[in-house]
Amino acid sequence: MDTRVISGSRAFSWKRFFMQWEWMLVLIFIAVNIMNMNLSEYYWSFDSLRDATMTFLDKAFIVLPMVLIIILGDIDISVASIVALSSVIMADLYNSGVPMPLAMLICLGVGLVCGFINGLLIVKFKELSSVIVTLATMIIYRGIAYILLEDQAAGKFPEWFSFLGWGYVGPVPFILIVFAVCAAVFIVLLHRTTFGRRVYAMGNNLTASRFSGIRVDRMKIIVFTLAGLMAAVTALFLTSRMGSTRPNVATGYELDVIAMVVLGGISTAGGKGRMIGAILAVFLIGFLRYGLGLVNVPAQVLLIILGLLLIVAVMLPKLKLSSLTRKPGR
Amino acid sequence: MAETKMAAKGLVNRPAEKQSLSAVVAKFRELGLLGFIIVLSLIVQLRNPSFLTLENMNDMITNTAILSILAVGMMLVIITRGIDLSIGATLALSGMIAALTVNAFPEVNPLIAILLGTAVGLVCGVVLGFLIAKMGILPIIATLGMMNVFRGLTFMASGGKWVSAHQMPVSFKAIATGSIFGINTLIVIAVVIYIVFYYFINHTRTGRQIYAVGSNPESAKISGIRNDRILWLVYSIMGGLSGLAGVLWVSKFASAQGDTAMGYELSVIAACVLGGVSIAGGSGKVSGVILGSILLGILNNALPLINVSPFWQTGIQGSIILIAVITNALVKRGVDRNNLMRRNI
Repeated sequence: MDTRVISGSRAFSWKRFFMQWEWMLVLIFIAVNIMNMNLSEYYWSFDSLRDATMTFLDKAFIVLPMVLIIILGDIDISVASIVALSSVIMADLYNSGVPMPLAMLICLGVGLVCGFINGLLIVKFKELSSVIVTLATMIIYRGIAYILLEDQAAGKFPEWFSFLGWGYVGPVPFILIVFAVCAAVFIVLLHRTTFGRRVYAMGNNLTASRFSGIRVDRMKIIVFTLAGLMAAVTALFLTSRMGSTRPNVATGYELDVIAMVVLGGISTAGGKGRMIGAILAVFLIGFLRYGLGLVNVPAQVLLIILGLLLIVAVMLPKLKLSSLTRKPGR
Repeated sequence: MAETKMAAKGLVNRPAEKQSLSAVVAKFRELGLLGFIIVLSLIVQLRNPSFLTLENMNDMITNTAILSILAVGMMLVIITRGIDLSIGATLALSGMIAALTVNAFPEVNPLIAILLGTAVGLVCGVVLGFLIAKMGILPIIATLGMMNVFRGLTFMASGGKWVSAHQMPVSFKAIATGSIFGINTLIVIAVVIYIVFYYFINHTRTGRQIYAVGSNPESAKISGIRNDRILWLVYSIMGGLSGLAGVLWVSKFASAQGDTAMGYELSVIAACVLGGVSIAGGSGKVSGVILGSILLGILNNALPLINVSPFWQTGIQGSIILIAVITNALVKRGVDRNNLMRRNI
């Protein structure tokens, strides 16, 4: 039940292994797929599922660093605006004559800088919560995107750029391969390095972490910068898939991302959760949306479902926890 | 923070050199804000003489009325260390339901439409309050989730359609255009709300308990305050005010849409932060929030008048929020340092 990974010293038990939140997600995932299969006959085929991943994996890149941020006990609601800003700047530069590869690099750079600014502000002004800092930068980044592009759309990218969003390597979509690599990197980073251990430590007790010699400020800046960078990666894939960009692109992505992370069993109180849960949640929500989209469920109903899912996901562990604490000897 | 402010007030009789600059700023922050508003108005007036005309000022204050009603509610939420991102959606939902009702029953009294909208908002707020106070969900997560639910419900209630001016009876549209004693109704309603809330948070037990919960939740609990009830109450009030604002909004703009007031919560939070409501909880004044709303209202009104592209407004608003919260943080640091210095003597 305890999703903390610190339990390495305890003896292995099958019961505990199967009582994890991640198995619950697997069950829900299977249920969603069965439901979708019954809803639409077009759902269950290799081609359709493969192509569905291309439509929802772009925002999954932000989920990976968001797991770190929420384990830290913080939150970043500016990521969608970073996606918009880096995408708009890339398109603007390309249209004013900068070669595409350079524009793409600058796009990543913009994300990096935005994330770094978030981290710096949060560390320098400890009185301010990450909610309010990223709320302000969310408006500012989106505002800069509007200043740059006003109400226009920018596009006309070179032919090869669409490969990012639509290309295949053999039978596998390119975006899926990149996501798998990124996910592997983040899993190793969180669960197999001292960096990851420090993230958990800071999420559990920031003061104790500082006194045990963790450079908490630097850690926070790194994590928020990572989020900015991955938001820019999302911008690359999203822009490529859409073929053009606007200042209001990726609106509401922060909600999707946070919903996926929370559904993945990462506690908003910090210090708990695993990367694999969030990755499962990405596919769960992605396939749920895809399946409901196939049978023409309106976008507004999807909004309601997603919102309720987010609430239920945070509520469930709390309900279980309270029933557990009532048991004697626990 | 409430204590530090009181401590700062106690300083008046002491030698002046003991006060740091930021403590002085903290004491006169409303005056400073007022001064800034006056200077800003004069600058805009010099650039464009049509700014300080009676007509434009009336327009501006009417526009600010809805913002400030919401800001008063948001202040209570922020005082308890929370945040409510769902108010734009609550506003849209209650406005839409009120509009659909007057569309279906044109002879209904506008007062009933107002009550209906407020009730819808109240229900939204009660649900939110339950999730936050009783289930212990973080305010940002709960309101982010319910924002989408309310927004989705708005679209579903209207079937994605608009309710536009010609579908509303004149009596309903008259809520926002009518006047009481020669003053626009919106302004009258806003002023009544200021007075009620000024009394509520300064002179009633429950009002003071809101500050206590925000200043220090643990000690509030130990002193016998039921924190969860206070939180529940605060989000319900916020919901009720959003519902009221929803009806006023729809009446004023004579149109109810699915995306009414999208992102308006950010302006409301900006007004609170500008007005000196500390995001760390426990401090905030009605007078500050009113001034913060007026400042935002002036900016929204004045920027087009001095030929600033509307596309700059988002960026400017965000920068203002950031500067305001950072200034608040710096001022608080100064006040705390000042209190420490006094303790040494």
